[in-house]
Amino acid sequence: MTASLSAPTSRTAWLERWLSQLPAPSGPLAAVQERGREALAQQPVPSSRQEEWRFTDLSLLQDLPLAQAAAAPSGGAMSSEAGVLRLQLDGRTDPLAGVELPAGLQVLSDSELAQGLGHTLAATGCEHHWPVELNHASAGRVLALRLASRSKLKLELHSTAQSGLLPLRLLLILEEKAELELCQKIVAQGSGLISLVLEAHLARSARLQHGLVASGQADAALLAHLAIEQEPESHLALSSVTVGWGLARLEPRLVQVDGQASSTLRGLQLVGGRQIADTHSHVSFAGPEGQLDQLHKAVAAGHGRSVFNGAVQVPRAAQRTNAAQLSRNLLLSDRARIDTKPELEIVADDVKCAHGATVSSLQTDELFYLQSRGIDSDQAAGLLKRAFCEEVLRDLPPAARAWCPIEQWQLEDA
Amino acid sequence: MIRPDAPVLLEIRDLHARVEAKEILKGVNLTIRAGEVHAVMGRNGSGKSTLSKVLAGHPAYTVTGGTVHYRGENLLELDPEQRARIGVFLGFQYPVEIPGVSNLEFLRVATNARRAQKGEEELDTFAFEDLVRDRLKVVQMDPAFLDRSVNEGFSGGEKKRNEILQMALLDPLVAILDETDSGLDIDALRIVAGGVNQLATPDNATLLITHYQRLLDAITPDYVHVMAAGRILRTGGKELALELEERGYDWVDQELAALAGEVA
Repeated sequence: MTASLSAPTSRTAWLERWLSQLPAPSGPLAAVQERGREALAQQPVPSSRQEEWRFTDLSLLQDLPLAQAAAAPSGGAMSSEAGVLRLQLDGRTDPLAGVELPAGLQVLSDSELAQGLGHTLAATGCEHHWPVELNHASAGRVLALRLASRSKLKLELHSTAQSGLLPLRLLLILEEKAELELCQKIVAQGSGLISLVLEAHLARSARLQHGLVASGQADAALLAHLAIEQEPESHLALSSVTVGWGLARLEPRLVQVDGQASSTLRGLQLVGGRQIADTHSHVSFAGPEGQLDQLHKAVAAGHGRSVFNGAVQVPRAAQRTNAAQLSRNLLLSDRARIDTKPELEIVADDVKCAHGATVSSLQTDELFYLQSRGIDSDQAAGLLKRAFCEEVLRDLPPAARAWCPIEQWQLEDA
Repeated sequence: MIRPDAPVLLEIRDLHARVEAKEILKGVNLTIRAGEVHAVMGRNGSGKSTLSKVLAGHPAYTVTGGTVHYRGENLLELDPEQRARIGVFLGFQYPVEIPGVSNLEFLRVATNARRAQKGEEELDTFAFEDLVRDRLKVVQMDPAFLDRSVNEGFSGGEKKRNEILQMALLDPLVAILDETDSGLDIDALRIVAGGVNQLATPDNATLLITHYQRLLDAITPDYVHVMAAGRILRTGGKELALELEERGYDWVDQELAALAGEVA
């Protein structure tokens, strides 16, 4: 009896210890921090007993150093070139210090922030998700920007974590017809956790192209929520690539508030060794004539584990929705594991919703064809793996595409 | 071109092979010398495509007996890529589509693998583009096909031209062309056959696997072999192909029956 009572405590002891070590809430996010900490103190750490976390074990977190990483010396603006605003996010220093903002880009005021922060998380139903609360509890900064109507901007965000915890919080408001190309690079160079929460609101006819490239290592974890609200005629293209993380959990959450918007989702996750990559996407159409084009791909080698869960909600109000979702998976080892599941809730009757999932290994005939031209089997396998990934990579904005040196990515076979 | 003193390139002796549990080749003998064009004809299921795949080293086929020597070297102990590098080429009946792999890059990697084997220096992107543009002429191929994925969405004729383009780049000593004429209209057949003829030299040899005489109107064989039940039943000159065209394959069944009778 004692054992069964003490077991849950020991599973969450690391979290209690972490919470007790956090500095007192302060800054513009003090209230959010406080609420996040209260929530974490009460909410159990997700476990495989919950459907949403069935395949994804968070136990890696308890072994990671979770003290907040010291500020990198080179915060703020990086070298920039014409038409591109390049910022470094380290979670501590002000990324905008000394930066002259380009025309059309503004920092949200405190009152706008108080009003806007959390809005899209609530609209996409994830404001109380455990990884979001973890971000709330720890993030001391938010990069909150508004792009004015009809403005166009290319923004690059760079985050490199040496070790420990790096919480990143972003809020982006795109006014009518604003166009933002956002390239975001996240790199873990040491043991630790990167927590990302991004909220974006796309007003009518706004366009956001977001390319997220996150490369980690076996003793690092990434927990990311990307929450996006779309008004009619807005366009979202979100492409994400994760590679090398001991644990990566990505939750793109989209809502088309009145339908009539278009959303393109591209995801690629690569696992080897004993890595886990999990994408839980959630797209909800709250009005008619919305469009979704989603392709999720995974490559699993070694004992790697890939999870994809693609929820699409088409309620009665979402007539004439046109949604297509495809999950394609490449299994490179018989010890790797792939779990993929579409989750379509369709109530409206006049809709087109297609979905499909495939899991395959490298095709013998393709390999033999390449070998019969003098290409050795390893190189042939490499070409085929690259080809598999290319379908997602080619949709990244060019700057983000350049962050994917796929020929250098080694998936650990053990 | 038959020259009795030309060096032997390929020597197949009593070759037996199976796919899964089924024995398909049951004792094939064939000697190919430099400068020669051989045609192997036969019905579907006679084993002629199997012969081509076994020679190229397809993993689905298991050799159960016999030998194959290429310029004196035991071909059967080499991996498919090694066979290709030393100059054995298989033109596929059904060239494989590989979405996402650029045709140009594929051709360059393959060409460099063969060049390295011959002790020639690797070609960089620019030097290779020059070479490939020159070789495209052999099959009158549109350079636009270089920028596409390997064979993806190519028509039947375009795929076969791409095969001959690969042959033109790899410069093999023994080219085995498996049903290269299948799926081609008359113009495409003329272009593909023209490419094969241009590439034939006194130093290399071609083994055509085909069903029909019409390919042999465009590429004149020195030898025609009729294959049935996993063996070469008869060998002759180009007139044998004409005879087959006229009489069909029914006589093959009679000969097989007669052979079976002798054995019994």
